[in-house]
Amino acid sequence: MKKIYLDYAATTPVDPRVLKAMMPYFSDKFANTMSLHQMGQVASDAVENSRKIIASFIKAKPEEIYFTSSATESNNLALKGITFANREKGKNHVIISSIEHDCVLESSRWLARQGFKVDEINVDKYGFININQLKKLITSSTVLVSVIHGNNEIGTIQDIKTIGKICHQKGVYFHTDASQSLGKVNIDVEKMKIDLLTASSHKIYGPKGAAILYIKKGVIIEPIIHGGGHEKGLRSSTSNVPAIVGMGSAVEILYKESKQENEKQKKLRDMLINGILKNIKGTHLNGHPVNRLSNNANISFPSIEGESLLMELDFAGVEVSTGSACSSRNLMPSHVLMACGAKPQIAHGSIRLSVGRFTTEEEIHKAIKIFVKVVNKLKQYSPFKV
Amino acid sequence: MYSKKTLQHFRSPHNYGEIKNADGVGEAGNIVCGDVMSLYLKMKKIGKKEPVIDQVKFKTYGCAAAIATSSAITDLVKGKTIGESLKISKNDIIDFLEGLPPIKIHCSILAIDALDEAIYQYLIDQKKPIPADLQKKHERITFSRNQIEERYKKWMTKK
Repeated sequence: MKKIYLDYAATTPVDPRVLKAMMPYFSDKFANTMSLHQMGQVASDAVENSRKIIASFIKAKPEEIYFTSSATESNNLALKGITFANREKGKNHVIISSIEHDCVLESSRWLARQGFKVDEINVDKYGFININQLKKLITSSTVLVSVIHGNNEIGTIQDIKTIGKICHQKGVYFHTDASQSLGKVNIDVEKMKIDLLTASSHKIYGPKGAAILYIKKGVIIEPIIHGGGHEKGLRSSTSNVPAIVGMGSAVEILYKESKQENEKQKKLRDMLINGILKNIKGTHLNGHPVNRLSNNANISFPSIEGESLLMELDFAGVEVSTGSACSSRNLMPSHVLMACGAKPQIAHGSIRLSVGRFTTEEEIHKAIKIFVKVVNKLKQYSPFKV
Repeated sequence: MYSKKTLQHFRSPHNYGEIKNADGVGEAGNIVCGDVMSLYLKMKKIGKKEPVIDQVKFKTYGCAAAIATSSAITDLVKGKTIGESLKISKNDIIDFLEGLPPIKIHCSILAIDALDEAIYQYLIDQKKPIPADLQKKHERITFSRNQIEERYKKWMTKK
């Protein structure tokens, strides 16, 4: 039985066209970009070509794009790099939203342990940040504001342009994690007043092992990985040439196809959401009904816990994801749903479904039927009546 | 991560449902932590012998391990006397399921708590003496329930 993969937000398969573009860089054009011989130049040219493609896609300059290994690394570099470069100037305050990805959350907690002050901006029930609170939180000691663009769990898309404008006016750096939104929402770093931006290859049908941090020209940040001086000294490590070529190729496909693709995915996403909400009593959509990533659905099933639903769906051939509490140390559910004010039963019973490039209408119809069957089965054991 | 036997009990749990006119009902867990379990007991007395658990059913909201441990406890207590049932430990459940991931050990405690509470209520209703150990366990379960309810009052009652 072919599985129905509804977890594209976790990671995407590599597009065959991307794989084809990568292949020569494993064994044939394998050289180190820092080597001075001609083969080294070939590898270096390939990396620079990817840099150009990606820069142009977000309206940046190629020299503003720095390659890293993952979005987690880019987010770590953004938060730690900016704060450490500015700590001597009495700038010791960082602001993040309460619905950031764990890598931003944990980086900011680490910064707090190093003596920086960290504040979190609250969100409303849809996950939109409180703009007035952001304005009030910024002081003369604030150095950085970091707000996720498209939320990885509930899909809510922030008004980045407004946030960027506020940060720009107040003279603080603005970083956004665009791992989930690249290719789904148009990004113009100039117009959106973004100083730093994270994006990742494996969320856009490229390989794992490549990501970028866009750093606006003139913004000084401290490297956290020291060594041979790759990426203009900001991120030493031998360049992962095949992965970087793959990311460039993946973005090239987005150029040509993302508009159509988003329309298609939005249709499938809504079909899935409506199918579940209509056919299963008591279900509830988390996040905003319209202003959400084109591929994301997050639904709560009030009488069933998320992990058991995920497991039973897996046996029935549907692969999804959950921010389930039951595997976390303190038994608390998703911090994102809790920040949005979800009650325990809603937060514990949530499932994230994400469609993608290879999802078909037939799969969605099939998935809805499987959901109904699985939920009815699990409800038999539940003490809750809904 | 889960043993084959745990998955079997999760996928086809034994004895789920409710017992009307149960002789003892025990509740354990809390929605805040994502696990809620009810255990129902129906006792039977044959001749002059000590009564045994004749029917047992559960209703559980929780992860795969919570459902599997619920099913396991029903298998373990069926046909046993109160004295025998009170001897069942979380390790008996874990052994019965051929292991549980460390992070899911609390699910086996949930099942034991529900059993203890059901027996406690049965003994109270029968006006039978409560063993000192069981009294202590009941007080611990009540205390931690109150503590959680107090701690997360705002979250649980939020509109």
